[in-house]
Amino acid sequence: MNVITREVARPVATPLPPLPPGRAGLSFGEAGLAALSALAANKLRAALTALGIFIGVAAVIVTVAVGAGARQQVLSQIQSLGANLLLVWGSNVRMGGVSLGAGQRPNMSWDDAQAIPREIPAVEAAAGTIRQQLQIVYSNQNWSTWVNGTDLDWFVAHEWVVAEGRFFSEEEATSGRKVALIGQTVAENLFGDENPVGREIRIRATPFEVIGVLGRKGQNPMGQDQDDMVVMPYWTARRSVMGASRAFARSVGSISVKVAEGEDMAEVEEQLRAFFRQRHRVAANEPETVNIRNLSEIAATRDASARTLSLLLAAVAAVSLLVGGIGVMNIMLVSVTERTREIGLRLAVGARRQDILRQFLLEAVLLALLGGAAGVAVGIALAHTLGAAGGWPVLIQWDAVALAVAVSGLTGLFFGYWPARRAASLDPIQALRHE
Amino acid sequence: MDALIETRDLTRHYPSGEGVVAALEGVNVSMRPGEFVAAMGPSGSGKSTFLNLIGCLDQPTRGSYRLAGEEVGTLSPERLAALRGEKIGFVFQSFHLLPRSDALSNVMMPMLYRGIPPKIRRERAEMALERVGLASRMHHTPSQLSGGQQQRVAIARALVCGPELLLADEPTGALDSRTGLEIMALFQALNRSGVSILCVTHDPDVAAFAGRTLRFRDGRLFEDETHPPVDAAAMIGVPFA
Repeated sequence: MNVITREVARPVATPLPPLPPGRAGLSFGEAGLAALSALAANKLRAALTALGIFIGVAAVIVTVAVGAGARQQVLSQIQSLGANLLLVWGSNVRMGGVSLGAGQRPNMSWDDAQAIPREIPAVEAAAGTIRQQLQIVYSNQNWSTWVNGTDLDWFVAHEWVVAEGRFFSEEEATSGRKVALIGQTVAENLFGDENPVGREIRIRATPFEVIGVLGRKGQNPMGQDQDDMVVMPYWTARRSVMGASRAFARSVGSISVKVAEGEDMAEVEEQLRAFFRQRHRVAANEPETVNIRNLSEIAATRDASARTLSLLLAAVAAVSLLVGGIGVMNIMLVSVTERTREIGLRLAVGARRQDILRQFLLEAVLLALLGGAAGVAVGIALAHTLGAAGGWPVLIQWDAVALAVAVSGLTGLFFGYWPARRAASLDPIQALRHE
Repeated sequence: MDALIETRDLTRHYPSGEGVVAALEGVNVSMRPGEFVAAMGPSGSGKSTFLNLIGCLDQPTRGSYRLAGEEVGTLSPERLAALRGEKIGFVFQSFHLLPRSDALSNVMMPMLYRGIPPKIRRERAEMALERVGLASRMHHTPSQLSGGQQQRVAIARALVCGPELLLADEPTGALDSRTGLEIMALFQALNRSGVSILCVTHDPDVAAFAGRTLRFRDGRLFEDETHPPVDAAAMIGVPFA
């Protein structure tokens, strides 16, 4: 070995200039960079550790999105029923002490429906309806559907719009003209692509002119297709379709009552009960003759159960976040043990305990946040994919996304604290000797 | 008040099993700035305890230790850490480099805890590496460097904050004798440029490069001898600036 050519370096004797004064301690940004490079040094392990958080956050986002989508669907179904709607139909009818069963015999009349808005000022519209399932024939097509005979108020109460054609007129309603409006489902099944307006359909061999097609509503909260029906004036239905025995010549099966905006639904319901007690001459100790349903209430119950379900799913997802957090703690403890000498060195060169604490805590938080961010991305993508594949409505809840990210960060902070404390409390002498 | 190190009755006891171990007992030492001192003794002699106390990694059970005029024995852990960063540069037997960082990052690391901006950190780290003759190896990771080069990186790291005292713990213990000589020559060069060095070793040949040797036995300082240093550079024939 040649003494001269061997590369030993020639040290420069010039001393370094004095170190400029700095702030004491590790800055937040520097600690973050150090934490990032520590994570980058062990990418696979970091990725596997973040996996728990990742799955938790993705699960939260997917379940919340699907749950919110389901709730939104229920809410739009509630709206499709018509707001502030009370449905009245006949209750138990007794004849000579014998119960005939609810709704078996109509006990309300067209005149009851007409009287309601006069008697109860809070009612905006009331429409008596009879309905029957009947076969509808057009050319060589036929379709079985519900035929409703009702009043113009019915369209108001149930918030129907006309997609094509028109509603029937007052004159047509009172004179019993053979006109009908059909729902979208009926239009599709009988007419296909043809425009039904002006065509003639037959019900029980009687021809009716289709004067309009109603706008689409879809399913109601009970899952029934609201577009599968035909509507015609009450008197038309009475005279031309459903027959009219003398006893039931003016009867209606149900009355749709729309309560004016801002009125108390429960109060109007009470007034309606009182109205029917009086009108049907029901004594105070006798059972009521009508049933009244607040449809939005039923729907609200469904909404509440959808909410409970999504809460439950979110709770399950939260548990997986917890498990992910324990994974972070586990790996951070391993990391502290592995890097004991490094910690000893950092303490020896002037790191304060809080610097070490900050460094390891940030590492855990960054790890969890990276997992959380990946979980957000994949969760959103997965929610959309699932929604598209399963035909479910999906609604990304951005506040839930923000919450999931915040919670993953907090998970890192919480589960990272103990390992970081352990790192910070190491004795530098012992740590430097650690093998 | 011109002493760099001043100890009075410096004592460190450790609790142990059914009693107390006196790792260091009543040491009185004074070291002036610019000295190159070796602390010698077999293992268990107290020299490592002495080093830990001088390095502000530990605090005495009894007695006083003043580093550059500041009493260390009563300082808070925070202030102790700051003092290590400001006044002491450590060189270890096993280098203690961060394995995944290059030489430059290793040397920059101590300044991280001093709030020095990155640009100045880099400049100073480059200067410190030049000073130990590693200007061409700045971006090598420890595994790409020889043992001697790794120890040079560690020395650059110890120098980078401009410490009052360089503390070396068996700096040649993990090196072959030739490389060890190079390291000692570097220490001597640094010492000539004004760096105060305290070097702990069990090896009398290493202690010979210092100008003064403290001999420890059974936790006590039993000899404090000043002697002319052997010139390490002359032994390997490499001229040092």
